[in-house]
Amino acid sequence: MRTLDAVITDSPVFEGLTQEQLELIGGCASNVGFEAGERLFREGDRADAFFLVRHGLVSLEAYVPNRGPITVETIGPGEIVGWSWLVPPYMWHFTGRAVDDVRAVQFDGACLRRKCDDDPVLGYELLTRFALVLVDRLQATRLQLMDVYGDNVG
Amino acid sequence: MAPLPYVVARKRRETRDVWTLELEPVDEAIEQIRPGQFTMLYRFGVGEAPISSSGDPELGFRLVHTMREAGQVTRGLCAAKPGDLVGVRGPFGNAWPVDTARGKDVVFVAGGIGLPPLRGAVYDVLAHRNGFGRVVLLYGGRSPGELVFRSDVERWRSRLDVDVEVTVDTAGHDWRGNVGVVTKLIPRAPFDPANAVAFVVGPEIMMRFAAAALIERGLPQESLWISMERTMRCGVGLCGHCQLGPTLICRDGPVYRWDEMRPWLEVAAL
Ligand SMILES: Cc1cc2nc3c(=O)[nH]c(=O)nc-3n(C[C@H](O)[C@H](O)[C@H](O)COP(=O)(O)OP(=O)(O)OC[C@H]3O[C@@H](n4cnc5c(N)ncnc54)[C@H](O)[C@@H]3O)c2cc1C
Repeated sequence: MRTLDAVITDSPVFEGLTQEQLELIGGCASNVGFEAGERLFREGDRADAFFLVRHGLVSLEAYVPNRGPITVETIGPGEIVGWSWLVPPYMWHFTGRAVDDVRAVQFDGACLRRKCDDDPVLGYELLTRFALVLVDRLQATRLQLMDVYGDNVG
Repeated sequence: MAPLPYVVARKRRETRDVWTLELEPVDEAIEQIRPGQFTMLYRFGVGEAPISSSGDPELGFRLVHTMREAGQVTRGLCAAKPGDLVGVRGPFGNAWPVDTARGKDVVFVAGGIGLPPLRGAVYDVLAHRNGFGRVVLLYGGRSPGELVFRSDVERWRSRLDVDVEVTVDTAGHDWRGNVGVVTKLIPRAPFDPANAVAFVVGPEIMMRFAAAALIERGLPQESLWISMERTMRCGVGLCGHCQLGPTLICRDGPVYRWDEMRPWLEVAAL
């Protein structure tokens, strides 16, 4: 099995960071596992973490009255789950659940925020990277909202 | 060109408003249709519509067409029962250039009712599996209930030599697959962009975003093909209804190389 450091270094999100920055980030990381159906976090709870999925699929769910939980997105290997740790009020907007058995790296958001406060260059790097994650999500959400398969033919 | 009479031999419901018809010639058959090509299907007393072949090319003279109830003609066709007669003109248009993918990885990207026009090409590639590198199918639909050809997709998914990923825009708790747009599957799909060919069909906006994601992965524009299924009328290059820039889709298409079609896709209200 690859070490935690190797997983972090190989992740596209952290590509291009210096060894020192990677070590700082690695200091806030740990390996975690979830069984199929297990919750990673719950909508409304305090968001003090994010996850880099290594294996399996994580669903983001919202509870819709009269319909029950609906999945708005799934996140797979190599992708990041969670940006709520980055901006106040540090609260999860969705519930995260393991669709199948999931292995991930969990990052402690409070720990990372402290390191970013101490080291604004690292803070800037991380913000830029999470902005990219957010832009990707936003584009995908826009496409989903357009409901392109709805009335279009072909 | 007068339509030839075909009889509805079999009919299968794919989703709430999508049906597949298998047609057999009453007497004379049209020329062998190739994946990517379409026919003009005529519902007597209602009108005709261009519909792509969704059949396995090995089926010979039997035609397979899959269509969504969009308006009068397609509703009429979807209401046809086994034994009913429909008219067929064609085959029209060009085919998927499957041979350009020989020796390379093949990536199929289908959105919604875009899978049927690709289905014949998937069959073709799998019938000559050894002639290709990795074979990847990425298929996105609106919801689990609106995925077409589910049994094919499940069969392909169970093969060890095909990578299939399916995603839907929204799903309830009972769906255990991907949720999100089909373009999200592209960054982690297992193919070598420098040595691959991609065939993409779906709503135009989905094709644009899929093309952007494939090119971002490193796929050269010349290795990317799409099928344009905008409205057309005569099917034989006479009426000009399906003109897009310098090209008539019914005559020169519907399959185009991405770099030839891209400038016209981004022009509003064409
Ligand atoms: C080359 C080609 C291949 C096609 N293959 C298929 C196929 O395999 N399966 C299938 O279901 N459909 C396919 N279509 C689309 C199909 O031809 C149209 O849905 C059909 O002509 C609509 O006719 P209608 O009388 O039923 O509806 P209309 O009353 O003409 O239209 C009903 C609604 O559908 C919209 N519409 C009509 N045609 C299109 C289109 N091409 N694209 C987007 N919106 C449209 C109209 O704007 C209107 O809102 C293809 C089109 C082309 C050009």
